[in-house]
Formats: sequence, C-alpha cells, structure tokens
Amino acid sequence: MADDKSNAAAYWSANLRLIFGSLIVWALVSYGFAILLRPLLAGIPVGGTDLGFWFAQQGSILTFIAIIFHYAWRMNKLDEKFGLGE
Amino acid sequence: MSQFAINLLFVGASFALYIGIAIWARAGSTKDFYVAGGGVHPVTNGMATAADWMSAASFISMAGLLASGGYFASSFLMGWTGGYVLLAMLLAPYLRKFGKFTVPDFIGDRFYSGAARNIAVVCLITASVTYVIGQMSGAGVAFSRFLEISNTAGIWIAALIVFLYAVFGGMKGITYTQVAQYVVLIIAYTIPAIFIALQLTGNPIPMFGLFSTHTESGLPLLEKLNMVVSEIGFREYTADIDNKLNMFLFTLSLMFGTAGLPHVIIRFFTVPKVADARWSAGWALVFIALLYLTAPAVGSMARLNLVTTVYPDAAGQVENYDEAMTNAIAYEDRPNWVKTWEETGLITFEDKNNDGRIQMYNDSNPDFAATASERGWEGNELNINNDILVLANPEIANLPPWVIGLIAAGGIAAALSTAAGLLLAISSAVSHDLIKKTFKPDITEKGEMLAARISMAGAILVATYLGLNPPGFAAQTVALAFGIAAASLFPALMMGIFSVTMNNKGAVAGMLAGLLTTLVYIFTYKGWLFIPGTNTLPDNVDNWVLGISPLSFGAIGAMINFAVAFAVAKSTDAPPAEIREMVESVRYPKGAGQAQDH
Repeated sequence: MADDKSNAAAYWSANLRLIFGSLIVWALVSYGFAILLRPLLAGIPVGGTDLGFWFAQQGSILTFIAIIFHYAWRMNKLDEKFGLGE
Repeated sequence: MSQFAINLLFVGASFALYIGIAIWARAGSTKDFYVAGGGVHPVTNGMATAADWMSAASFISMAGLLASGGYFASSFLMGWTGGYVLLAMLLAPYLRKFGKFTVPDFIGDRFYSGAARNIAVVCLITASVTYVIGQMSGAGVAFSRFLEISNTAGIWIAALIVFLYAVFGGMKGITYTQVAQYVVLIIAYTIPAIFIALQLTGNPIPMFGLFSTHTESGLPLLEKLNMVVSEIGFREYTADIDNKLNMFLFTLSLMFGTAGLPHVIIRFFTVPKVADARWSAGWALVFIALLYLTAPAVGSMARLNLVTTVYPDAAGQVENYDEAMTNAIAYEDRPNWVKTWEETGLITFEDKNNDGRIQMYNDSNPDFAATASERGWEGNELNINNDILVLANPEIANLPPWVIGLIAAGGIAAALSTAAGLLLAISSAVSHDLIKKTFKPDITEKGEMLAARISMAGAILVATYLGLNPPGFAAQTVALAFGIAAASLFPALMMGIFSVTMNNKGAVAGMLAGLLTTLVYIFTYKGWLFIPGTNTLPDNVDNWVLGISPLSFGAIGAMINFAVAFAVAKSTDAPPAEIREMVESVRYPKGAGQAQDH
C-alpha cells in the first residue's frame, strides 16, 4: 500500500512537471511572442510583416496542437511506466 | 437550375442526412442520452467537438472580426484555440475519469455541496442560453438569406430539425450529426477560401497565401493591405497596439472561458478511456485549426478585395496613391454582389458628396480628416456589415452557384451543431442535476430518460422563443458566456482536481466572488442586466479600469475566484477523507471504466 502511494505520488508529480513545462511553451508562443514580446521580434520579417504577427495568427495555434499531442503521448508513457493506465 | 433551387437542394440534402442519422442513432438509455453510450472513438469525438465548438459566430462572423480588427483580433484565434491546451491537460482527462454525466455533477460531488451544484447549474444555464440564442438567430439569418423565407420560419425549421435528432437521439444522435455537420461546414468554408487565395496570391492554401505575394501588385499581401487601408485612414492591418494588458487579459479570458464551457467539456465524457480524452482534445484542435487557420486569410484577403473593388486603381503597382484613391468606383458600376447584399440591408450606400462614386474610408480618424477633405470626401459612404464577408465570398470571387448552396448548408450546419451541444448541456443539467439529484432522487432510469427528453424539448422551445425575441443580453455572448465560464466554472473545476484541500465553503465562496465581480464589471459598462442606458460608466477605454475592457474581465474574475476560495478554505474545515480519496482517484486513469451513473 505504501508503495502504491509513493508510486502514485511520483506519477502525479511527473504529470505536474509535464503540465508546467507545456504551459510555459503555451504562454511563450501566445502571450510572449504574439503579444508582449512582439516588439522584440519586430526585426524578423515574415511575409510582409513580422514574426510576432505570424505567431498571433498561425504560429500559436500550430504550437498548441503540438503541445496537446506531445502531452498525450508523454502521458501514455507515464501511465504505462507507473502501471496506472487502463 | 436557379440559385434558389440549388440552395434548397444542398440544405435539403444535408437535412436528410441529419434526419437519417437521427433515426439510426436513437438513445436507448440515459447513458446513451447523456454520453452517447461512452464508446465514441477519440477522432470521431474530436470532429464532433470541433462542430460543437464552431458556432454560427465562428463560421459567419470570425473572418469579419479579423478583417476589421486586424492584429488585435488575433486574440480570438489564440483564445478560442489555446483553451483546448488547458482542457487537454487540466480538465478533460480527470473529469472523464470521474465518470459522471454533467459538469455540475462533478462540482456537486467533489465539493459535497448542493449549493455548489446549484451555482454550477445556474452558471451553466446562463452561459449556454446566452450562447444558444446566437445560434438560433444565426440559423434564421442563413435561412432567410439563402432560402428566401422569413427569419421566423427559418428559426422554426432549425428548431424542428434539432428537435428530431436531439430529443430522440440525445448525445448519441448529436454526436454523429455533429460529425456530418463538421464535414459540411469545413468543406463549405474552405472551398471559397481556396479560390480567393488562388485569385489573390496564386497559392491554393489560404494559410500560406496570407504570408505570400499579392500577384497583382507584386508586394507581400499583408504589406499591400497595410498600404491600401492606411491610404483610406485606417490603422495598418498588422500594426501593433499599445494596450497590451487588455489584449493579454482578453486572450486569457477567452482561453479560460473555452476550457470552462460545459457544452465542450461534456463531449469528453463520451470517449471510452482517459487516454482517449487527451488524444481527443488534440484531434478537436486539429479540426478546429483547419477553419481557424483559414479564417485570418479569408479576413485579410476579403478586406483587400473590398478596398480594391471600391478603388480599382489601388489594386496593382501604384505610383501615386493619392491619385488612385480619387478615382473611386462609380456607384452605377458596382459589382453584382454589392447589389444583392444591398437588398438585405447589410450593405448601405449614401452619396454624401454627390459625385456618383463610392467613397469608403475611416471618417472617425481626426488625423485623416484633412486628406479626406482635400480629396473632396464628405464622409464614409459605404457601410458593410462584417458578417457578410464569408457569406458573400463566393459571389465576390465569382464562384459557381453550387458553392453558394454549400455555404448555405455550411452556415446552417455550424449553427445547428453548436445549438444541439448547448441544448444537451442545458437539458442534462435540468434532468440530471435538478430533477434527479435535487428534487426527486428516487426517479427510475426510465423516468429520468423521459425527464431528459422533456427537458430537451423544453430547452428547444425556450431557445426558439428567445431566438425569435432576442433579449438585450443575446449579443453579449463573448462577455457573458465566456465571462461566466472563465470566472466561475473553470477555476472551480481546476481546484477540484488540483487541490486536495479545497473544501465546500471555499469553492462556493470562490465561485460566487468570481461570478459576481465579473457580472458587476460587465454591467457597469454594458448596462445593468444589459438594459440599454442603465450603464454606470460609458463603455470606452477612457473609463475602463486600467484600460481593461469588460470582455477581458473574466480572467480577473478567475483570479478573484482562486484567491477567495483558498482564503476561505484555509480558515474552514478540511474536506472529509472520502473526498480526498476521490480527488486522488480522479488523478489516475486506472480503473476508469465507462461513464457511469451511480
């Protein structure tokens, strides 16, 4: 039982670390590159405008898709590794 | 064949498909009715979620919002997609593991509190009803424009179709019709977009066309767009904005709201396993992105098309814009699509300087007034409703009549699919959370099934009535529905999963604090209960606290919710042991099984 508990706790903290890392990327591309840091990226031209605008209109959405599939894939591995999957 | 006959054929064929699915997917149990039996494949559910999510507003209005809003409107794109990242990691898998039928069900059980459950029911119904009115009126507009019947008749037909598959099929019927509706709406959206991208840039993929070269002028498309709109007094399309705080909070509110909207969350109760809920969120976003990556291209290209239609000399390589802009198109020479839409009143023209030409410019820009009067302009003469961009696209691009028929079917599909999802969220909250959990716990399975069907029929009638007689709050979907979902439901769900120590009193106090502060902030600027003229302060940036728009307040409301909940939970009794165990159990996929009644 104690083993079960520490196993479950280790699974949960691995999940939290993964969520935290994913949220950093999530915030960086949208709130960072597309909004707050856009002036810093103004010098990088993309199709008649700048990189920040590209992130605001397309880059962030594409990154969001990548984040979710990466998370789902890593969590499946964690489910298996800790024996907590279905 | 006339355009009317073609539209009728497309819309009629799509309806026949939905009704066929309704007959095939009848619900046999409450589990069928609430969660489609719990056996929906994650990709299928992703597609149904995309149709559930993409409303009449996404289909009809978003490109127009982007076209007129420029860079700032990117908040809609990021907000309405970024919420799925939160859903996939913070809510969907755990709520799926919990394995109940509704969102208030989780809140009520997790916080062992009837009060919490009922607050959640009220939030759910308010948010969903606000949302569903827009769908009913959107369907009405599409019917009246394309099938030449009255708005009222259009809304009744929409209600009847939804009734057929939602009352008999419940979530099961809704799921499979949503899949069909997704296919119809994405084809309808993409085909005209491809043609427009080809015409303007030679690139068949709209999202690439947006960042490529405008064929006629040889300049990058967005650079050309910036030039022509600033020549008529508007901000450059891609220009950065000063009020970053507001844009930040607006995007965050849309993301929290997206993650907290019950009609989206319940879609994840229909998949067989916890892992499927994660994959399904990814697939949902892929299917949503197909439209959301196309919309900004449609918006900017339609805007460029519009300006160069009015000022034909500004289209190519221009030496002198001042000269090009004085040679506006004569009203007599206006293209046919302008005539068609003038009949609907969505395009209006008034020749203010009596020169027989159409002048379209930003007459509320004081810096541009001098240039305008030099050119002999006496006010903007052409008003165009943003909503027509997508609907008029095939006509603007001279596409064959069947594309227009497709757009008609697509617009109606977008409205119906979202309406059905919302109606299910409303009716299951009534039949499951109010009738079964609150008033009549001893109701039989058969009785609850009947109650669910009657609630659905009742919800459709209410939605139809409100669609026919839209109240003041109908237009405030973004403020009201997203504000409530962001400020009250999203934080409560998240704390229920991620905090073992969150208790009943903390959750109730937090939800009320988030909800009330958000409503007060919205009502201060939009009018109390949205009654026009009752607003305490004028709704403009000078009066907003720190420049935060009422539409952006949901994220602040969520912060208030979190802060109040933790403060109260700290000073009151910790939750009982069985609740702590329950929180533990939702965190691990093992032993989920299918969504269960208890």
